[in-house]
Amino acid sequence: MEDTICAISTSLGVGAISIVRISGPDTLKIISEIFSSDIKNVQSHTIKYGHIVDNGEVIDEVLLMIMKAPKTYTKEDIVEINCHGGINTTNKILEVLLRHGCRLAEPGEFTKRAYLNGRINLLEAEAVGELIKAKSDSKRKLSLNQLGGNLTKKINNIRDTLLGLMANIEVNIDYPEYTDNLIITEDLLRKRLGEISQNLKELVNGAKFGKIVNNGINVAIVGKPNVGKSSILNHLLDEKKAIVTDIAGTTRDIIEGTMSLNGIEVNLIDTAGIHETDDLVESLGVQKSLESIQNADVVLLVIDGSKKIDAEDKDILSKVPKDKTIIIVNKSDKLISQDIGIDLPLVYGNTMDLNGLEGLKNKLIEFFDINRINKDLTYLSSARQIDLVNKANEALEEALNNLDRKIPIDMIENNLKSCFDYLGQIIGDTYDEAVIDRLFQDFCVGK
Amino acid sequence: MKYDIIVVGAGHAGCEASHIAAFKGHKTLLLTSNINNLADMPCNPSIGGSAKGIIVREIDALGGLMGKAADRSHFQIKMLNNSKGPAVRSLRAQVDKKVYPKVMRKYLDETANLEIKEGMAEDLIIEDNKVKGVILEDGTKIYSDAVILTTGTYLNANILVGSENTPSGPHGEKRSNTLSLKLKDLGFNIKRLKTGTPQRIKADSIDFSKLKPELGDDEYWTFSFDNGPLYDINKQQKCFLVYTNEKTHQIIRDNLKKSAMYGGYATGVGPRYCPSIEDKIVRFADKERHQLFLEPESIYYDEWYLQGFSTSMPRDIQEQMVHSLVGLEHAIIEKYAYAIEYDAIDPMQINFSLESKVIENLFTAGQINGTSGYEEAAGQGLIAGINAALKLENKEPLILKRSDAYIGVLIDDLVLKGITDPYRMLTSRAEFRLLLRHDNADIRLTALAYDKNAVSEEKYRALQTKLSNIESLKALLKENHLKITDDVKKFLEKENIAVPNGNFNYTILLKRPEFTMKIIENFIDLSAFTEDVKNQVEIEYKYEGYIQNAIKEKNKLEKMEEKKIPEDIDYNDIKNMASEARQKLGNVRPHTIAQASRISGVNPTDISILLIYLKKEYGKNEC
Repeated sequence: MEDTICAISTSLGVGAISIVRISGPDTLKIISEIFSSDIKNVQSHTIKYGHIVDNGEVIDEVLLMIMKAPKTYTKEDIVEINCHGGINTTNKILEVLLRHGCRLAEPGEFTKRAYLNGRINLLEAEAVGELIKAKSDSKRKLSLNQLGGNLTKKINNIRDTLLGLMANIEVNIDYPEYTDNLIITEDLLRKRLGEISQNLKELVNGAKFGKIVNNGINVAIVGKPNVGKSSILNHLLDEKKAIVTDIAGTTRDIIEGTMSLNGIEVNLIDTAGIHETDDLVESLGVQKSLESIQNADVVLLVIDGSKKIDAEDKDILSKVPKDKTIIIVNKSDKLISQDIGIDLPLVYGNTMDLNGLEGLKNKLIEFFDINRINKDLTYLSSARQIDLVNKANEALEEALNNLDRKIPIDMIENNLKSCFDYLGQIIGDTYDEAVIDRLFQDFCVGK
Repeated sequence: MKYDIIVVGAGHAGCEASHIAAFKGHKTLLLTSNINNLADMPCNPSIGGSAKGIIVREIDALGGLMGKAADRSHFQIKMLNNSKGPAVRSLRAQVDKKVYPKVMRKYLDETANLEIKEGMAEDLIIEDNKVKGVILEDGTKIYSDAVILTTGTYLNANILVGSENTPSGPHGEKRSNTLSLKLKDLGFNIKRLKTGTPQRIKADSIDFSKLKPELGDDEYWTFSFDNGPLYDINKQQKCFLVYTNEKTHQIIRDNLKKSAMYGGYATGVGPRYCPSIEDKIVRFADKERHQLFLEPESIYYDEWYLQGFSTSMPRDIQEQMVHSLVGLEHAIIEKYAYAIEYDAIDPMQINFSLESKVIENLFTAGQINGTSGYEEAAGQGLIAGINAALKLENKEPLILKRSDAYIGVLIDDLVLKGITDPYRMLTSRAEFRLLLRHDNADIRLTALAYDKNAVSEEKYRALQTKLSNIESLKALLKENHLKITDDVKKFLEKENIAVPNGNFNYTILLKRPEFTMKIIENFIDLSAFTEDVKNQVEIEYKYEGYIQNAIKEKNKLEKMEEKKIPEDIDYNDIKNMASEARQKLGNVRPHTIAQASRISGVNPTDISILLIYLKKEYGKNEC
């Protein structure tokens, strides 16, 4: 917990005021860097009026709520920036914070810190593990609500459908003499499960957005030497000093720098050339570059627009995954032909002048549907959540398979219960007596 | 007068409790307010039903009487949920209300060390927070070392019919007036519960030709593991289906305020699963009709039980309601429906052994603990009887886990969650229901009871024989392969079964849905094995994956059950915990982390805080 985290605490794009919350040891230092005055010696639990300033440019007129450790939610220094609502301003402030050394908080991370701080020194590591596990389960609902609550709603809807189905099966089992109740036959069950499974799949499909929100986008820039690759990279990073720092990535990739695109982190990944070579060291670099390309979310392939596409360009082109590559046609002022004969998304620019950069940004926004993300921050965001939804869906598929195998309904019910439990783990809810309550709520049975 | 154990109340809980205590060698008194009303069935004329039938099997496996008595007194029996899978199969029998009590009385009369006496217990003798006996209505003191209260619906009971409110036990029996006050003085939280019973209709006033009959199974079944079928499959009695209609609903709606419930004359909390007909009409307003059942009460008298029509309406309205039903237009009501309110204790004040936390050596079982149903009562009675005896023997109590038995689930729920309305067992309450099956109750439980001297040597030996036969059959099936000859191929094709692409042993074939034990018997001689044994082996292989999963879950739970909570823990010291959780934990005082996690109002966060606290305060070895 040495790093300082930040997040937009209010829902994006809603309301006249947004709150950006920062917590961690460097909070006061970072805010002092971007605020119109130094707040390090300001009294705790006070409100301060001023401006967020970036590179001399006033970004917004804000109120700071300054709360110093330990009497705060997380027991760390906290500043809450009350800024004007709307996606652009809020995102801009978040962007500035990221550049000054904050990390984007995971959903629920403030609460996690609140929970752990002040107690962690008393505990043995194992106990901490248990604590974190239990905590993330039970507070999952809360952290999701911070993101707007829509995901909870979606999952609850699916669980509700499932619960109704299970209650119906249970009433058939516990009150078999009541033949007036809807009897869940194999065909009906198959149909209902198919519908639920479809919903789960849609949830997983939407998960890529959640991943983007949480992990950012990894962009690899490739191209043969001297096509202007590095100047594009530098331009991107220099753009309004978008560079935070040189960070050694946790992956094998070297992240050259991070910029923020409408609030989404974009990690620029350096790749060595990927041309044929006999040099051993260089060929290791080539190998690594190929891996970076595979791992990247998008590959920017830079070609020289002033020259004809040559064999080396074609060789590189053959190595990039076509479904996630954007071609940057550089030196567009000396373009020899509008049609370069490659059927991939194209951006034209002259060593990435302003127009070119805008074009590239727009292309990325379009490519990842980023505008849609900002409107609806309700995706499965962690690997854990995606994993749980996948498991839930597998349980349903197992149920469907077993129906085909003529396994009786009492066994299949267990698959449904697993599905329900997996979904419950996402939002921190358990099975408990839910199905029994539902049974008596939905069905009229009894002597 | 001095006994080892006194059982107060001779209903289903009391009969089991007194029998097993005496069987275990303790001088036992069964006290009843009406000696002619022993093992009475004041409500429905049936034993078993979904989940409940499995409880009856468990009672039998643990040395109880209910299954044996039901086998000797029913006139119709069927296996419910046969097609829904082995885990939810359960027997239900229409039991003759005249015969069942007689059979039970005979068993009790034959039990050594057991005495039955008439008398209304109105007070307890308590010394140093320990029960020492009971005081009867006339002041007579009877001493004992332990007392088991199985008071049913008799504690401070009132019968409600419309606006009439009569202090009375069920169907006019004498109620206990002061015992519940005494319990309250001792520190028990007294709850007011309610249940109801429908009309009894004169047989020859029913037009059966207009009703759809419901038949028993054409296959033989028994509740008890100790006896074969004792009835003639062809002489089973029919039940009949009846439906309410718009006219019935209109009568009820027009007169709603006249019912005890909707007129505001009742205070008790009724069971969700046993709603009165007026409740059904109000809560499910858009339902066009409700199902009712006509069941004969006995072949020795001509009253039929109108299941599903329980009500607290005044009698004149009941007449109109009954006559609105097709087939009952000219019905004569022999007994009117009524609601009954009674006192119960808060089951969170009892231990898993069913001994109270308030008074030592005082045990409770059945409706006094907030349950409903003959089977739920009998199951608790049996456990209370065994544990009262064990307590006097200075031995560890018999505590059934949730993964052992429905009875374990029942007691665990009562003790940890308490009740809001009378508790009925449902298969959906048992998370391990794949393991808690009708067919394996003896395998699950008989050895546990034998360890506590609650079943006979003979019964235990029968189980051992069965277990060894199961092993032999499994070995036989494993060693032998089905050779796919032309004849076999032809046979399988005729039966519409996919021909295996190789010679597999029979245990592997059993896993295929279409290869039943019946099919396999065409290829290999299994005549040396009983149906029971074959059934057991078939289930074991056919549903192996599911059963293994359930066992894994069970082991997980049992590991949590091993995480003990020190007895001296003070929950008020755990500052970070929500006060609701602290209070609940302090009241229930669970023994293990698993139990703690099942208490309602205690959430996973509270459990993690508890774990941390235990680590900190008690070190690594404690949990």
